[in-house]
Amino acid sequence: MSAFRALEIIATGPQTTIQDLGREGLAGLGVGRSGAADLGSLRLANRLLGNSEGAAALEVTLGGLEVRSRGGAWVVVTGATTPATGDGRPVGHAAVTWLPDGSSLRLGAATAGLRSYVAVRGGIDVPPVLHSRSTDTMAGLGPPVPRPGDLLPVGPTPSAPPLVDVAPVAAPTTGEVLLRVVPGPRDDWFVPDVISTLVGGTYEVTAESNRVGMRLSGPVLERAREGELQSEGMVPGALQVPPTGQPTLFLADHPVTGGYPVVAVVVSDDIGLAAQAQPGQHIRFVLGGSRA
Amino acid sequence: MRLMPCADSGLLVEMSDMDEVLALYSHLDEDLPDGVIDMVPAATTLLLTIDRAVTDVERLARAVSGISVGTHHRATAGEVEIPVVYDGADLSEVARLTGLAEREVIEAHTGTPWTVAFCGFAPGFGYMVGGDERLQVPRRDNPRTKVPPGSVALAGEFASVYPRESPGGWQLIGRTALQVWDIQREPPALLVPGTVVRYVETAA
Repeated sequence: MSAFRALEIIATGPQTTIQDLGREGLAGLGVGRSGAADLGSLRLANRLLGNSEGAAALEVTLGGLEVRSRGGAWVVVTGATTPATGDGRPVGHAAVTWLPDGSSLRLGAATAGLRSYVAVRGGIDVPPVLHSRSTDTMAGLGPPVPRPGDLLPVGPTPSAPPLVDVAPVAAPTTGEVLLRVVPGPRDDWFVPDVISTLVGGTYEVTAESNRVGMRLSGPVLERAREGELQSEGMVPGALQVPPTGQPTLFLADHPVTGGYPVVAVVVSDDIGLAAQAQPGQHIRFVLGGSRA
Repeated sequence: MRLMPCADSGLLVEMSDMDEVLALYSHLDEDLPDGVIDMVPAATTLLLTIDRAVTDVERLARAVSGISVGTHHRATAGEVEIPVVYDGADLSEVARLTGLAEREVIEAHTGTPWTVAFCGFAPGFGYMVGGDERLQVPRRDNPRTKVPPGSVALAGEFASVYPRESPGGWQLIGRTALQVWDIQREPPALLVPGTVVRYVETAA
């Protein structure tokens, strides 16, 4: 039997939560999926460590995390680029790194992208809530948000060995973010040229952005229809448009239902790119890419 | 039935009314097409989200379009009795708005069974319909920042019970000690779509 292994939280930065692939099958009860905002980066981190893709990791917003290893741990940082150091020495991005007992891993401020994933071989083994270790910030469900001094237990070492040391992944862009969209389901609530407006300009990510969604600022998406939509189910990637005409792009902790029409939806594979856009960055929407 | 894809993530199915939504929901609940992860019933729609490794939106649309809900009765997901102490902060306001005496409000609320049509707003918050039509009241002009858990409430055509403390704009007519949301329970929500609910007056 191995000794107790854990990550001790020293500092969390602006926001650090524990995330896995989220909850499925409970949306009908009002419980959303939650999970990593950038699922691809979480999956990559877990694959590099020989974990199952759904092992829980730390989602770190804008850097600033510091953790100390208790008992030694293999760790990986994916997602947003941050200057990462292990006991002061640089740690590569998406590179499997041994963190000896008592050593600390520190992420500086994110230089590209918004959310980094710090995964550990064995996964973070806090008790699951409704079959998931994801914290749903909107519903207030899931493991408590990590605080300095917390000891997060590391799970049993998986049988699969880490196969590669480093994944040559591109860093998130610091320029314009391209996102593929498919019109609908409620594009008929808007003026006929609404989709040309949506794809014709750029939208700035505003500071009013979190795991629930990103409020965007750009060309007004004008309604053609008066009245209120009956609340209906929402998917991640939905561009919901309130009467101001400025869309909100829904992310992992989005409400299960919403009462404003959705003009278009970002394709699944691009939602992680959206989740990496920092406030102030610009988004350009392009049509298609999806076999709906 | 109108089918509206949500990119490659899901299919929004619009029905003509809430009864049809419930009928389709119960039909699919018994015989779920491959690859459907989640069903989200709402007032006139049912959202189906998919696992793209198993299916795609086109295939799901074909499977759903073949379903006829016309002959299907609204299935129930069991019955629940909710004991209520009718001392809510808005009971007198509801009486004023409906033109009923407070006693008549209580009798109307307990006199007709309600059915959970869908959940939303918060985990385990069930929107119940089918109750006494005289109880239709608007939301409060000033929503409360804190509504206590267990609050029994009315708004529009709906009745509900607040599962946890949360902000809320519904009219509060009473409270129940019954836990409608418990994450240790399977499923955690007591009021799942299709559940028939009877409110019963109880002493404080």
